[in-house]
Amino acid sequence: MLVGKDLVAASATPLVLGILAEGENYGYAILQRIAELSDGRLDWSEGMLYPLLHRLERQGQIEAFWSTDSGRRRKYYRLTTNGRAAIADHRAQWDAVVTALGRLTDSAPHPRTALGGLA
Amino acid sequence: MTTPTLDEQVDQWRHYLGRRPGVAASDVDELTDHLLASVDDLATRGLSDDEAFLVAVKRLGAQDDLARAFATEHSDRLWKQLVVADPDAPTAGRPTGPAVMLAFALVAGLAIALPLQRTVNTPSADAWVWALVALLGVAAVLGAWFWWLRRPPVVTVVAATVGVLTIFTAAGVLYPFEQGGMTQALFLVHMPIAVWVVLGASYLGRDWRRVDRWMDYLRFSGELFIYYVLIALGGGVLVGLTAAIFGFVGIDVTLTLARWVVPVGAGGALIVSAWLVEAKKSVIENIAPVLTGVFTPLFTLVMLAFLAALALTGNPVEADRGLLIAVDLLLVVVLALVVFSVSARPADAPPRLQDWLSVALMVSALAVDAVVGFAIAGRIAEYGTSANKLAAVGENVVLAVALAVSAWRYVGFLRGRRPFVDVERWQAGYLSVIATWAAVVALAFPVVFAFA
Repeated sequence: MLVGKDLVAASATPLVLGILAEGENYGYAILQRIAELSDGRLDWSEGMLYPLLHRLERQGQIEAFWSTDSGRRRKYYRLTTNGRAAIADHRAQWDAVVTALGRLTDSAPHPRTALGGLA
Repeated sequence: MTTPTLDEQVDQWRHYLGRRPGVAASDVDELTDHLLASVDDLATRGLSDDEAFLVAVKRLGAQDDLARAFATEHSDRLWKQLVVADPDAPTAGRPTGPAVMLAFALVAGLAIALPLQRTVNTPSADAWVWALVALLGVAAVLGAWFWWLRRPPVVTVVAATVGVLTIFTAAGVLYPFEQGGMTQALFLVHMPIAVWVVLGASYLGRDWRRVDRWMDYLRFSGELFIYYVLIALGGGVLVGLTAAIFGFVGIDVTLTLARWVVPVGAGGALIVSAWLVEAKKSVIENIAPVLTGVFTPLFTLVMLAFLAALALTGNPVEADRGLLIAVDLLLVVVLALVVFSVSARPADAPPRLQDWLSVALMVSALAVDAVVGFAIAGRIAEYGTSANKLAAVGENVVLAVALAVSAWRYVGFLRGRRPFVDVERWQAGYLSVIATWAAVVALAFPVVFAFA
């Protein structure tokens, strides 16, 4: 089962910021980490990741630097103080959504499977 | 043929990606790293380089989609930015960067400003000479700038340019013009036209003998004109605001502005415009042809409406010299419109709507010219000839011939009888006729009409 497009898009920023909170990282590895975290159920494309990284960079939530430690020129990203603050905010919002959906599935009479994937 | 190595394949992939709008060089680097990381990954799973590359490219998705995603995020990149220091710009191995350009611009500005200082509080006879020196001086600096850019290897080009400038200076200084007379005004109007065409030889450098290359000079001139007007508009705002804010603190700067800032700006802007046209030549679409496309149908409509109004109302044409000059100006505009639409047209493209519009424009302009010419012919003879009248009639003939032959060749092309290059050749070659006529009016008319 794949997660729907809209939800992937909505979760993109908190996910990327969260991964960068684990430490500086680069595009290819970020995508792999997303696949790993979601068991391959979040379908991300490069066309989504890089523009998002650039947007977050422009907004000052992350910063980029080039490194050649790997033997190739590679662009790494790391969180800024702003980005770290934004994570907390994202997490609070996300928790609110999850909580709301969780309560709904607990009390609702119709099949749990319909929303089970979201929670 | 050997199969390309991984590096070659990657290079090619980078090349195609880099050419897409919205994808910057740093994005190409970033995505290359992504691609190679993916290739490495696949290679550790037992794929050969070749296979790994194919799979990695496929995973990365179509370049189209990728580029579109980048373009959406970086919409500003779609506005092509002018790269001020273009490393690929052809030069004669000399520095042509902003610093050198500004030095030339400053000299051009001073070429106008310094002579103008002499015109303040002097009798008009001297003022005329200094105005002339300023005009020719700035032309000389522009010629020097072309020479600096391309270094025309042909001695004849440099000699001809210097010679022509000298002749006009000498004539302007030595001719005993009647101050404020007709021939003096004619000299001032026609001399720049001749000088402009002659400067084209310096602009083209090595290729000045090739008729088709003169189209480049026409393109250059059209863009130069537009840039100059834009800079002049900005300069006007600058000068106006400067005068205003200094005025509020009780300092009157209008004299300084009028005597130094405006003249230096007017001369300098010419070099800056020339430099801008060259610098952005391949970066941004030319503006002149776009304006041409907008105004060709509009001018055609105006002339058809004029002819219709004439036919319907039966109003007599008020035939005087003013009308003739107005029609001459109209023909100049029409010729310019046609020249720039021709200059922007790929010579091997099949006939298209814009071509028919150009022909319609020329034909309606010639019709207006014929009607006006018919109405005015009698009157001209009635009042005898004067330098102005003769010049206006001559101009009319020169322009009408240019348009008539252009239209004829254009129709030939549209009917599939001739190649389009014929139209270009005619227009580029006709520059020499225009220059000759301008030189005749400037140099011979004063003598013929006793400098009146």
